[in-house]
Amino acid sequence: MKFDTPATKNPIDRLAVVGQPVDRIDGPLKTTGTARYAYEHHDAVAHPAYGYVVGAGIAKGTIRSMDLADAKASPGVLAIVTADNAGPLGKGDKNTALLLGGPKIEHYHQAIALVVAESFEQARSAARRIHVDYAREPGAFDLARARDSAVKPGTGKPDSAVGDFDGAFAAAAVKLDATYTTPDQSHAMMEPHASTALWDGDKLVIWTSNQMVAWGVADVAKTLGIPKEKVHLMSPFIGGGFGGKLFVRADAILAALGARAAKRPVKVALPRPLMFNNTTHRPATIQRIRLGATREGKLTAIAHESWSGDLPGGKPETAVDQTRLLYAGANRMTALRLAELDLAEANAMRAPGEAPGLMALEIAIDEMAQKLGIDPIQFRIANDTQVDPEHPERPFSKRRLIDCLNVGAEKFGWKARNPRPASTRDGRWLAGLGVAAAFRNNLVTKSGARVRLGKDGIVTVETDMTDIGTGSYTIIAQTAAEMMGVPLHRVVVRLGDSDYPVSSGSGGQWGGNSSTAGVYAACTKLREAVVAKLGLAGEAEFVDGRVRAGGRDVALADAAKGGELVAEDAMEYGDLAERYQQSTFGAHFVEVRVDAATGETRVKRMLAVCAAGRILNPKTARSQVIGAMTMGVGAALSEHLVVDRNAGFFVNHDLAGYEVPVHADIPHLDVVFLDETDPMSSPMKAKGIAELGICGVAAAVANAIHHATGIRVRDYPITLDKLLDRLPPSTDA
Amino acid sequence: MKPFTYERATSTAQAAARAASVPGAKFVAGGTNLLDLMKIEIETPAHLIDVNGLDLAKIEPTPDGGLRVGALVRNTDLAADARVRRDYPVLARALLAGASPQLRNRATTAGNLLQRTRCPYFYDPDQPCNKREPGSGCAALAGYRRMHAIVGTSDACIAAHPSDMAVAMRVLDAQVETIRADGTTRSLPLADLHRLPGSTPHLETTLDAGELVTAVVLPPPPGGVHVYRKVRDRASYAFALVSVALVRQADGSGRVALGGVAPKPWRSEEAERALASDPQAVVDGLLKDARTSPDNAFKLTLARRTLDAAIADARSSR
Ligand SMILES: Cc1cc2nc3c(=O)[nH]c(=O)nc-3n(C[C@H](O)[C@H](O)[C@H](O)COP(=O)(O)OP(=O)(O)OC[C@H]3O[C@@H](n4cnc5c(N)ncnc54)[C@H](O)[C@@H]3O)c2cc1C
Ligand code: SF4
Repeated sequence: MKFDTPATKNPIDRLAVVGQPVDRIDGPLKTTGTARYAYEHHDAVAHPAYGYVVGAGIAKGTIRSMDLADAKASPGVLAIVTADNAGPLGKGDKNTALLLGGPKIEHYHQAIALVVAESFEQARSAARRIHVDYAREPGAFDLARARDSAVKPGTGKPDSAVGDFDGAFAAAAVKLDATYTTPDQSHAMMEPHASTALWDGDKLVIWTSNQMVAWGVADVAKTLGIPKEKVHLMSPFIGGGFGGKLFVRADAILAALGARAAKRPVKVALPRPLMFNNTTHRPATIQRIRLGATREGKLTAIAHESWSGDLPGGKPETAVDQTRLLYAGANRMTALRLAELDLAEANAMRAPGEAPGLMALEIAIDEMAQKLGIDPIQFRIANDTQVDPEHPERPFSKRRLIDCLNVGAEKFGWKARNPRPASTRDGRWLAGLGVAAAFRNNLVTKSGARVRLGKDGIVTVETDMTDIGTGSYTIIAQTAAEMMGVPLHRVVVRLGDSDYPVSSGSGGQWGGNSSTAGVYAACTKLREAVVAKLGLAGEAEFVDGRVRAGGRDVALADAAKGGELVAEDAMEYGDLAERYQQSTFGAHFVEVRVDAATGETRVKRMLAVCAAGRILNPKTARSQVIGAMTMGVGAALSEHLVVDRNAGFFVNHDLAGYEVPVHADIPHLDVVFLDETDPMSSPMKAKGIAELGICGVAAAVANAIHHATGIRVRDYPITLDKLLDRLPPSTDA
Repeated sequence: MKPFTYERATSTAQAAARAASVPGAKFVAGGTNLLDLMKIEIETPAHLIDVNGLDLAKIEPTPDGGLRVGALVRNTDLAADARVRRDYPVLARALLAGASPQLRNRATTAGNLLQRTRCPYFYDPDQPCNKREPGSGCAALAGYRRMHAIVGTSDACIAAHPSDMAVAMRVLDAQVETIRADGTTRSLPLADLHRLPGSTPHLETTLDAGELVTAVVLPPPPGGVHVYRKVRDRASYAFALVSVALVRQADGSGRVALGGVAPKPWRSEEAERALASDPQAVVDGLLKDARTSPDNAFKLTLARRTLDAAIADARSSR
């Protein structure tokens, strides 16, 4: 099915099931521990061997020699895989560094061996008995130092320019020129990267925790040098990904190689301390923002330049993307520059581009509003645009940023805020309120599904879509239930299996809308088959388990009496996304307390108002947004992969050192969804929501800290040491 | 993990004797620190002596009006004890500021005192660390030092002691009771339990081989207002950047110990004489020989400001 004209009325609009805050259909499996994750397929794999990954102990250089004798002689060891004995390996299209390194080492903790043993403990113990002699080479680990060597990247759209920025900026009555930094960050999802692999002849069967099944199949096949048809990949449940599991990682490839070497099924989970340097991370950025405005508060010049680093062959963090679209202004430029760094691979993490980009831009907007003496909400409203500012002929499909700001201001009590920074005291605390705009592009992508109508009237959906904890099972079931006119409990959803039709997968907040649109397409076909089978004529209505058309009223299940009906289709997209700019919008409001003596910041309450098309399930959508807000608090206050610039690695590589928010950090969270549909996005009229929730949060926290203290911090995370010297004297406490 | 043998101790004397005679033996109590380190082979005991069955889990009054806290009293139980909450609130608060409820349920009094540093390089076997591997060097010196000590350090090691409980016990003048391999017992001031790193950072305490901690004795209650103020990057479940244990009397005099700044709980009886007249002089005295790096120099200011805040707390809660 092709979606190339705006959606009109369709069965989803009934909203009998879609749009309802139903509980997750996979909830009972999760709460009873019966949802099987990649490391837990005990039913299918009774006696697996265990693989333990050895990571390189240097950041850059070569392995001179590797002594495996002690490890081989360790109790229980079945096999040791290294680059020396693994046979020829390719590199996945989506990988930058090799997943099994050696002799060349590209980054710290790059996998250099897998020890396979009878037990996990034996494998781990033997892994410590591999002795490696390295020849170290100097590397580049410091983005600030590498900044001058950064180049214009060869991929994507690194530069944009409209009008005459330099002239307009020079002539502007009020100017801001500020540089912001965001640190390297880790996905730090709960479930580590994990895989269980077995060989059935020349066919690889692999359960792995991966957001993108079809990409996974392709890169496993390419890396191992086997045809795609020989890879059966399954990822039915995923304990969090945030972009860290978009790509095949070492656990999958090494499990496959280990199983081949040991002639046994092998399971591999990355140990937590390896995850931070072995896998991907969100790279640090340096961002320079220049804004020029009239005294009345109209932006006339906007420039945003961003520098980030990656391994050779890697990609930049696209931190300027939102600046091309968020505010009006006739003269503008953006630029991305990429430096080579020898740290672990930089890649996507929840809202790549916008999340770090808004961390900078939305402080800059706050600073400019302050310079102008204009309320930051009014300043944003005054510079709203309903068209793509770089291509004014392209309107936004829907853009309700102003509504988000106004609704939020009302609900949060913004009016009562004294605009003067450092004006409000609450006992030992300095109190402040901050706001930021949220913006994230809406991506749509082809997605397929197969739907079966059984004799018993049960509707079964099969698609390789994944559920990374987001609620895909549930919204897909809601979609099928709505389309086929059956209650939710009459729908079975099967996900994450490469035997099923290729879907959008989960990433870039495209999964919810795209995968349900694919199910819509398949259900549309199934409805046609049902109508044909029942010999009905005219417009058919599917409700309450019945099909009504042309005056007849038949049980849906009757259509499958003579055998199961199966329909398969995919939703594909025309050029609506080119003709209309599709984005999601929101506003984040944050109240903080900063300890006047110690500079500790604690968030007191938060509100997100989102305009993101139809909300398919307000309950799962809210969970996404509050989770994202929590992650935004981490980005604002504590999350920071610290680079050791001598040894070239992220030092704080465990959950004790990489501080994500804990429960005590997260206070009252409130989410409001504006009632909206976007007919340009898909027949679902929905858009992404899961990444919008993080976009702008950190800046709202930063702006609240500024409001509380009068101190402007432009380096994330905003830890107390950055405030300490500028707080009021502590003897006044 | 290296294979090890295991036994359950039958008496304190037997435990101490065995620990001294079996090569590579170590005591295990709650195991919340030791087992983690064993899994990654930073600790590699050949033999474990499990002391959990010993009769060391009581909190008893001492004849002079103090409290004897058995070595196996769990952090949760100690923090919840009515006498501790009433007479030594600084200790209860320090305990509750540490780790998580689950860990505190398991963690013991002796184990907490003897827990090892949280220096990230100590935990990474691919990095040089004099504490883990004497003579290999110290990666932290030229590396990331935000969480590290600024006083009492050496060129060999700058690791901080992570315990909160120990800081409060130090301010309370606690004594540590032990039994040695030959069956003799002794009592030493907590102040003398931990060593500074000097050139031997792998030697962390003054305990003899096999010496078993049996109790910590708190002298009679010091009175005054008690404050434990732990400053950290998130609201819970993080080690202290700086902590202040304060016992303040009505006339403004009192005692101060700092956590997060040194390889052991940091207190100077001499410096704290100035508490009533000039609190900043106390910090000056405590931190006078500080050696900082750009990423931890803030601890100098933070310690000052946190003491001020603790004094303000004490004043307002009187
Ligand atoms: C995630 C995490 C967060 C934490 N956060 C904090 C925090 O914020 N603040 C804080 O203070 N602590 C914190 N801790 C540390 C925790 O308090 C310690 O792990 C715990 O107190 C150790 O006690 P244990 O009984 O489990 O010791 P064990 O692990 O059993 O033993 C520790 C050491 O003491 C020795 N030992 C034990 N008993 C005796 C004895 N009777 N005589 C002689 N030697 C003995 C053992 O041989 C071993 O060397 C944290 C720990 C973890 C894992
Ligand atoms: S500070 Fe001490 S524990 Fe840390 S690396 Fe240096 S020697 Fe090891």
